[in-house]
Amino acid sequence: MIWALLLIPTLAGLAAFGLRRNGPRRALLLASAAAHLAAVVACWRDAPPPIADGWIAVDPASLLFLSITSALFLAAAVYGVGYLAQESHVAPGGEDDEELPFQNFPEAVFTGCLLLFLATMSLVAVSQHLGLMWVGVEATTLVSAPLIYFHRHHRSLEATWKYLLICSVGIALALLGNFFVAVAARSGGQTAIHLTIADLTAHADSLNPRWLQAAFLFFLVGYGTKMGLAPLHTWLPDAHSEAPSVVSALLSGALLNCAFLTILRTHGLLAAAGLADFSSDLLIGFGLLSMAVAAVFIVGQADFKRMLAYSSVEHMGILSLGIGVGGAAAFGAMLHAVNHSLTKAMLFLAAGNILALYRTKSTVRVRGVLRCSPITGVLWMAGFLAIVGSPPFGLFLSELTILKGMFDAGRPWVAAAYVTALAVVFVGMAAICLRMSYGLPPGAAPNPDEPAVRSTRREPFWAIAPIASLGALVFLLGVYVPPPLADLLHRAAVALGAN
Amino acid sequence: MAVLASIVHVVLALALAPLLPGIINRVKAWVAGRRGSPLLQAYRDLWKLLQRGTVYSRTTTGLIVVGPVVGLACVVAALLIVPLGGVPGLMAFSGDFLLMAYLFGLMRFVTILAALDTGSSFEGMGASREAFFSALAEPALLLGLAALSVPSGQFSLSAAYASVTWAAMTSTVGPAWLLVAAALIIVFLAENARIPVDDPNTHLELTMIHEAMVLDHGGPDLAMIQYAASLKLWTLGALVVGLLVPVRSGWWCVDLAVGVAGLFALAAMVGVIESTIARLRLVRVPQFLVAASVLSILALVLVTRQS
Amino acid sequence: MNLWLELILVSLILANLHLLGSSRINACIRTVALQAVLLSVVSLLVQPHPIGLRLPLLAAASMAIKAGLLPWLLRRAVREAGVQTEVEPIVGFTTSLLLGLGLLGVALHVADRLPMADADGARFLVATALFTVLIGLLLIVGRRKAVMQTVGYLAMENGIYAFGLAFAVQEPLLVEMGVLLDVFVAVFVMGIAIHHISREFDHIDTDRLSALKD
Repeated sequence: MIWALLLIPTLAGLAAFGLRRNGPRRALLLASAAAHLAAVVACWRDAPPPIADGWIAVDPASLLFLSITSALFLAAAVYGVGYLAQESHVAPGGEDDEELPFQNFPEAVFTGCLLLFLATMSLVAVSQHLGLMWVGVEATTLVSAPLIYFHRHHRSLEATWKYLLICSVGIALALLGNFFVAVAARSGGQTAIHLTIADLTAHADSLNPRWLQAAFLFFLVGYGTKMGLAPLHTWLPDAHSEAPSVVSALLSGALLNCAFLTILRTHGLLAAAGLADFSSDLLIGFGLLSMAVAAVFIVGQADFKRMLAYSSVEHMGILSLGIGVGGAAAFGAMLHAVNHSLTKAMLFLAAGNILALYRTKSTVRVRGVLRCSPITGVLWMAGFLAIVGSPPFGLFLSELTILKGMFDAGRPWVAAAYVTALAVVFVGMAAICLRMSYGLPPGAAPNPDEPAVRSTRREPFWAIAPIASLGALVFLLGVYVPPPLADLLHRAAVALGAN
Repeated sequence: MAVLASIVHVVLALALAPLLPGIINRVKAWVAGRRGSPLLQAYRDLWKLLQRGTVYSRTTTGLIVVGPVVGLACVVAALLIVPLGGVPGLMAFSGDFLLMAYLFGLMRFVTILAALDTGSSFEGMGASREAFFSALAEPALLLGLAALSVPSGQFSLSAAYASVTWAAMTSTVGPAWLLVAAALIIVFLAENARIPVDDPNTHLELTMIHEAMVLDHGGPDLAMIQYAASLKLWTLGALVVGLLVPVRSGWWCVDLAVGVAGLFALAAMVGVIESTIARLRLVRVPQFLVAASVLSILALVLVTRQS
Repeated sequence: MNLWLELILVSLILANLHLLGSSRINACIRTVALQAVLLSVVSLLVQPHPIGLRLPLLAAASMAIKAGLLPWLLRRAVREAGVQTEVEPIVGFTTSLLLGLGLLGVALHVADRLPMADADGARFLVATALFTVLIGLLLIVGRRKAVMQTVGYLAMENGIYAFGLAFAVQEPLLVEMGVLLDVFVAVFVMGIAIHHISREFDHIDTDRLSALKD
């Protein structure tokens, strides 16, 4: 079963490079996404046994993040197929963007890399061996770089270069962290302890604490770069705003979670070794810093996709905070991971619709979305309400749980900073999103001189259905968390070091 | 016994120093496919210069006379301190490497003064370049010599060089001392105005450093300057050879002979270097000298780490 | 074999300093390749006897990739970009050299304070490894051209590999090969990116890639 999870997207991705016709390739994309989701659902029903000598296994955390990734990928695949079909109709040099007309990357490379992206993210989720996990994270960086550069534009090239270099450096530091863990395991004097999570946790007492702490620091900095924690987040706004919306949705919704998973596993390891205080303090520090930085940059943001990217930084900070505080907050963080992924993907896909309609990413020039494309406008507003944490959406519940956990753990000042940052982000995003949604579209009276938006076109099914379904899921989770999911979240939180 | 060895070393140096430029020029000519001037040409030049009179410009003061004399005195004093491999210096004492460095500094100082004294812009330009480059080369020299002294704990040049045996070179300080040797070679080339820092054959305005400073000297003054230059070659060369040829047999005749042979070999190597490498652009010379300092510092760090 | 190890480590340090002080891109690429070769030799020196077959094969493979294939890719990227092969530093050469010496001091200091068992490799190897990582980071931060940043990344990877050698980390073949493959693909992808950058912008000066900002 686990082999199916890994091999289906890999083989499909490699095949996509070779397929010449667009039709079969897009069908392959959809089929692989559906097959992957089916495999994940099968894992829900009965947990598959570990393979490869315990290096690869599906434990609760793996299953949680696999489910998020798979669901998101299916939605993105549906949207993506329509998106690619539309992009291929636009002749190069025809309709131009705000700046230069650009030529898109060959679609085969895009689809192939997209499927390989799914494969590598699945590898990160299911790997139990630290080294294999590292290989997976590095592979996601390399495979997603061409995806960001889909629109051959000098800004997206700049974003791709920054992404590639900064994330590669971070992951190299994480490799150093891997070596430190290996040294910590050796100093125990035992014969070789394998670098698998299970083995390390079992022998947690005999690990050298100083080396383990150093390892966690390097992991936090290295994988934190990939996760988007400030001050290592500098690549994130550029990459997530310049990539096509499909890719942005996956990057924000799935990839950041995978990096979070790696940090979670290390935190769990330190907790098992009795060093939870050290890692908790670091996680809380980085979390608060991320939220503060994101809040500062969201206010007055001029580009709505960049605004969504900074919102991702903020929510990664919330996740880090929740896990750092522990207890009920850890459960809240797990729930928040699910909610945030769904909502952020929804928002990015809706942003994609808006971008296609208005041909600009400027928050000033986009106005009157509710009038021009009503369904997208409603979904955009719903997404905005969800992401800032209003009830009845799921994020309200998870953020409240984290807040409660903070008070339970006796950290009122952290809670105060947390709530302040959330409030600032709310104000910032509200100003932007409300201005975008309401009002008259450009070109209508009383400003007929402005360049008019293209005439309201029919919103196709592929552009609406994924967004709506994601929104429905978030709404559902806000009202009712199904017991199997709650149980899985609880088991994941416990396994990853919360008590 | 050691005193006799030192005296013989000093006498040999005073007698044989002008052979070194001769060897260098001969090797350069041989590499270029010519026959070149005879080995003893430098002696003939000195003799010729001593028999000439001198002309002093009216714009000069007494400094232009003082310069060559004090310079020669300084380098002879340095010769008395410097050991040649296993043969100790005649006047060795703890901390003498500082005195040697400052003697060279004094020599440079009076040469620069004499150059400025003429009031000509050529000399001034050469003097300023010389001052700058020597300032960069000095840390390399001092720190390199310090790295030699640290393992033995003795701060006398003779004692430090006496500790450079084959056994020591193949032990863990060996690599550090190789770095010191590289740094000292660079300092040797820089201080003696050899390629790649300065071209001793050029007389073009843009490319002169040392030659520019002595442009207005003639007659016995020039003889003293050239003789001092060859003695400087010997002295600094002794520092390099003492490190690169770790022969400490205990018999002073053998050590002395090996040292002198090493000096001749070093001169030949300089000749080969001068024939094969081009002179560095003036903006790159500071980087070259900083590299020498970096090598010395690295050697010092490596050596102190082990002690 | 302690003297040989010391000689090679000093050569590694000199190679790092050369990376900082050199002003030609091709010289820097060659130096990073030389570092990889030296590290392959070190990998054979630090292993306890008997060596067996796996290690020399691995050393040969890593040497082939890191000293043969990757420099070739980078040189090709430089040639196709058609840029001047001058390193354009943000931090000047002399300053970089002096900073490098400072970092050497830091690396030696940290390596002396690490808790290490007697069975572990020399502290000097650990210090050199940390120094190489720090130099790689300094290169990434202090150089303008994209190719030099990739060279810095390769130097970092060399340092991390050396660190792994210092502790004779017994990672199974799979992960070692995975690491090698990742470095290879990373540089490959970076080479392609550099090619695109030079085509798009007419330069590979990442300091001028500043259109995206808040």
